[in-house]
Amino acid sequence: MEELRNETQQQSLSDVAVALRGITKIFGKTVANHKVSLDIKRGEVLAVLGENGSGKTTLMNALAGIYFPDEGQIFINGEEVTISSPRVAFSYGIGMIHQHFKLVDVLTAVENIILGLNEPGRMNLKKVAARVKEICDAYGFVLDPTKKVYDMSVSEKQTLEIVKVLYRGAEILILDEPTAVLTPQETDKLFAVLRNMRRDGKSIVIITHKLHEVMEISDRVAVLRKGEYIGEIETSKTNPQELTNMMVGRPVTLNIDRPEPENPTLRIEVKNLSVVSEDGVQKLNDVSFKAYGGEILGIAGISGSGQKELLEAIAGLQKTSGGEILFINDDGSSENLIGRNPVAIAQKGVTLSFVPEDRLGMGLVGNMDISDNMMLRSYRNGSGPFTDRKSPYSLAERVVGELEVMTPSIETPVRRLSGGNVQKVLVGREISLSPKVLLTAYAVRGLDINSSYTIYDLLNRQKKLGVAVIYVGEDLDVLLELCDKILVLCAGHVSGVVDGRTITKEEVGLLMTQHGKEEAANE
Amino acid sequence: MTGLLNFLVTFLPRAVAQSVPLLCGATGEILTEKSGNLNLGIPGIMYVGAISGVIGAFFYEHSTATLIPAVAILVPVLCSLLGSFLMGLLYCFLTVTLRANQNVTGLALTTFGIGVGNFFGGSLIRLVETDVPSIVLSGTSACFKMRLFNSASPGWFEALFLNYTFMTYVAIAIAIICGFILKRTKVGLHLRSVGENPATADAAGINVTKYKYVATCVGSMIAGLGGMYYVLDYMNGIWSNDGFGDRGWLAIALVIFTVWRPGSSVWASILFGGLYILHIFIPTGTDMAIKEIYKMLPYLVTIIVLVAVSLRKKRENQPPASLGLPYFREER
Amino acid sequence: MSKEPNAAATKRSFAIRNPFVLTKRTEGMPAYKTWGVRLIALILAIIVCGLITLLITGLNPFDVYATMIRGNFGTARKAWVVLKDMAILLCVSLAVTPAFKMRFWNIGGEGQILVGALATAACMILLGDKIPTGLLIPIMFIAALAAGAIWGIIPAIFKAYWKTNETLFTLMMNYVALQLVSFFIIVWEVPKGAGQIGIINQSTLAGWLPWIGGQQYLLNVIVVAVLTALVYVYLKYTKHGYEISVVGESERTAKYVGIKVPKVLIRTMALSGALCALAGFLKVAGTDHTLTTTITEGYGFTAVMVSWMANFNPIAMIFSTFIIVFLDKGAGEISSMFYLNQSFSEILTGIILFFIIGSEFFIRYKVSLRRHETKEV
Repeated sequence: MEELRNETQQQSLSDVAVALRGITKIFGKTVANHKVSLDIKRGEVLAVLGENGSGKTTLMNALAGIYFPDEGQIFINGEEVTISSPRVAFSYGIGMIHQHFKLVDVLTAVENIILGLNEPGRMNLKKVAARVKEICDAYGFVLDPTKKVYDMSVSEKQTLEIVKVLYRGAEILILDEPTAVLTPQETDKLFAVLRNMRRDGKSIVIITHKLHEVMEISDRVAVLRKGEYIGEIETSKTNPQELTNMMVGRPVTLNIDRPEPENPTLRIEVKNLSVVSEDGVQKLNDVSFKAYGGEILGIAGISGSGQKELLEAIAGLQKTSGGEILFINDDGSSENLIGRNPVAIAQKGVTLSFVPEDRLGMGLVGNMDISDNMMLRSYRNGSGPFTDRKSPYSLAERVVGELEVMTPSIETPVRRLSGGNVQKVLVGREISLSPKVLLTAYAVRGLDINSSYTIYDLLNRQKKLGVAVIYVGEDLDVLLELCDKILVLCAGHVSGVVDGRTITKEEVGLLMTQHGKEEAANE
Repeated sequence: MTGLLNFLVTFLPRAVAQSVPLLCGATGEILTEKSGNLNLGIPGIMYVGAISGVIGAFFYEHSTATLIPAVAILVPVLCSLLGSFLMGLLYCFLTVTLRANQNVTGLALTTFGIGVGNFFGGSLIRLVETDVPSIVLSGTSACFKMRLFNSASPGWFEALFLNYTFMTYVAIAIAIICGFILKRTKVGLHLRSVGENPATADAAGINVTKYKYVATCVGSMIAGLGGMYYVLDYMNGIWSNDGFGDRGWLAIALVIFTVWRPGSSVWASILFGGLYILHIFIPTGTDMAIKEIYKMLPYLVTIIVLVAVSLRKKRENQPPASLGLPYFREER
Repeated sequence: MSKEPNAAATKRSFAIRNPFVLTKRTEGMPAYKTWGVRLIALILAIIVCGLITLLITGLNPFDVYATMIRGNFGTARKAWVVLKDMAILLCVSLAVTPAFKMRFWNIGGEGQILVGALATAACMILLGDKIPTGLLIPIMFIAALAAGAIWGIIPAIFKAYWKTNETLFTLMMNYVALQLVSFFIIVWEVPKGAGQIGIINQSTLAGWLPWIGGQQYLLNVIVVAVLTALVYVYLKYTKHGYEISVVGESERTAKYVGIKVPKVLIRTMALSGALCALAGFLKVAGTDHTLTTTITEGYGFTAVMVSWMANFNPIAMIFSTFIIVFLDKGAGEISSMFYLNQSFSEILTGIILFFIIGSEFFIRYKVSLRRHETKEV
């Protein structure tokens, strides 16, 4: 014990702000972290790199007081501490910005900022607002203190989260996948702010799986794999390929396969499609495009730009307010899908594998087993009031076998499967319908690299079979490598349809924030 | 004009007297719901609050020949608070600590609470083997009925505003204070965030469990006072089984009616109290049956409000977002 | 790559400072264990009930249980009353179950029973001497089920299209039904001013359900036994049952596969309301032959707990119904022995429920109590 303390104290004399030692955290049967040790230094940006499910977030949650580690020690400035709650974490100057923002929607920005603070005296929101303005000015944020959170955009919410943490006097900031929801331009702004903070002597940890961001912003990289600490390295002394190898545990090629489309045939033609949501917001505005069988059409855009509405409109789940969605039959005749019910559309061969943020929220039923989930598409088959349970069961067996779904049994509720396996079950079921159009959204969200590549392969195989694949993605790098064409949505408008092989990321980023058409008109 | 005033002078005080239990129940339930707990046990808790107060008063009244007013008020109030506090604690233990289903727990608590109320109300005399025929606490009730203003012929102003028993003013004061706390203080801000998004509140360092326990227990105690008022004040100290009726459920309905604002529940409960007794004031001649139809009014109005609230999808008027859901920090 | 001091430090020691009780979610406890936990809770609850009875009455625990058993099975008549009450309570519990599986909190069982009873009584009173019993009973049956279905559909429509809170809506519908019944009781009261209807068609027996094998209650028992099997099959093996599960688990998934959620909500609530009303029909035509405002005996609420205790499993519901009725009759016997209030049974029922509700926690979570400990390796 003593020795250890001396050792950490010596380090703290230099520049170590936080030292984690032997952190282990177990959820049920899953070991999320196994004896992880890590240092965070003052005035540096540390990237914690790892695949989805490698335990990055769990580790940092233990530091932020959200989870309590089963084993291990935490030292702050050389003192061993027990962080039993987020409040204790604040008292040590640790603030975390979670991937899913921890904000109360019905409260204003300032109310969210002072939440949980026990400053003496009466609640004085004006004074708080003044302090908030100081912080904003110091680092270059823009924030309206009286705005309600539910009126804020994603990047505004993120700004609020960071200001909230700074208001509490955080010296150590942990950001969990901060750029997942930002455009390239917003990311640049965020990085500028982070550099300002580093100059101020703050420690910044960013949790990420995006290599180019690691290279761009961090001073040091710590790599986790399957809950284990793999090692750390100075950013200037490494390269993306080496980091990937550390992350995955073996050499991998980073290229996604993109076969040339073979005689693409027009399958879906969307003309002047408009959608107005229930609360009167125009979600899609005059959207027109064509999707071809044998091609992958990517859809890019800031989250909430109308991607969900577009896919749901094609699948018949979303009420439209204008325009046409034409489905082109093999014989060249076309039919309008608008007004058809989802069952009829699915029978035409349009399938939707849509993975929302909560993954199980749509497409699968978490508490049902794999077989019952297969039944979602087939339970209507046959006449009479009873369901046929045999064919879904054999389909489940086939999907589990062919796609190598890791599951204890067919009877296991899908809720208990890991993200990649859930995704395989979902895509497997949709593909089993031998679709003509396959709509997918965020198909690889939360998956590790191996699972992601399995999914890309599945999509490419469908493409070869002549299916029109529409792929909504959030990672621009993947979109640029996988898709033949990319349609960029911006606030419900199509701001451009571009060739996936020639366009650059920056160009797509610009399209995501501007209405391409107006731009073109101005020029 | 004087006709209307006369009507008001006879009608309003009765509506107000009816409103007090509703107001207490609604205020208590609002506090509880703001912490994310949907406590359907409120009707049972109000019965327990009532019977606890009655038991306290019963023993005090039978232990002394001359009642000291302050003690005669304090004893039942404290007993009532204790009884409903224990019920609130039980609810919290099951739903917060053991994360049980709130609807089922609430209904079980109501079954239990009404059972406790009626059982002791009906059996207390047998259990302590006294020679009185039924529970009549007129001495205690007289203390509760002491008025601020006492005149044989009050003017209209006194009759409308000053001529109530002290519990009426206490209930209104509690509602207004709760409204102030929720809206203007840090404690209120924290409580609201616990009900809206417990994970966020937790991450902000707010002790979610503590807030849920305190809000629910205090809410139960306030509601329990409403039950006690009904017996010791409104009913002149006479217990009758099932006498309290469905007021507990109406109090829960009031919470929605007021869109979770204790301040508005003051006038809303008077309105409901008025609807509750309106059938007495509607001249129906000899047709007794039609009165039963008029008694539907408070429920129909609640349904209409329920529908209206759901049609008007304003963000501020929605129930606390986590209402009815248990919170578990390590949920993945 | 790896920093030496880190590795060295990890090897040397672990300090565990765990300041609180750790709770973790358990996944997939085997079925026999879950029922085992519930059984233990039930036994504990029965012991506590015995102790409380002891405290209040001074009866020794063995006598308590003996009295309870006597209250239920002391005579053939008593045993038939137990069966009669079980039939009605089970009927209501089965009725509310499809709605709960759909996560629709129908606590309007009371009102749905009442309108069913009202419709039955109305047919008996108004048509009793006009049409033969053979035709009258089907008419009563259909009228009752239709009335219950309507009472169920009204809140379902608002829930389906405007997301109106169904818990409070169904609750308020109870009181509307109650006042409606009060109204008709006064309209039909015999004699005028009595405030009650009395036995309907006592001389003609028009609309009374037939006795089977000389037993008045046997028909009710058979009807509900068949219903139990039907509801079990309906929920487990039919397309409707599957749709109910999907809607209950995830409304978005249901929409995604083209299930019309409003249709399922309304259809299921019509069924739920109609089955509640069936209980009202059985009560008026089969056992009570009168209409009162207390005809439901609070079963609309009790059924919610019965159904939940049985984990929404119709077969297990037979058992949970029995527990509730057994307690009710047993406590009734004790209270009449000691001239206590009948509400004693509600207290005991409450205690049993608290234990079973609490026991669910130990099925879903694992608790480990740990104190400060330091482990040297």
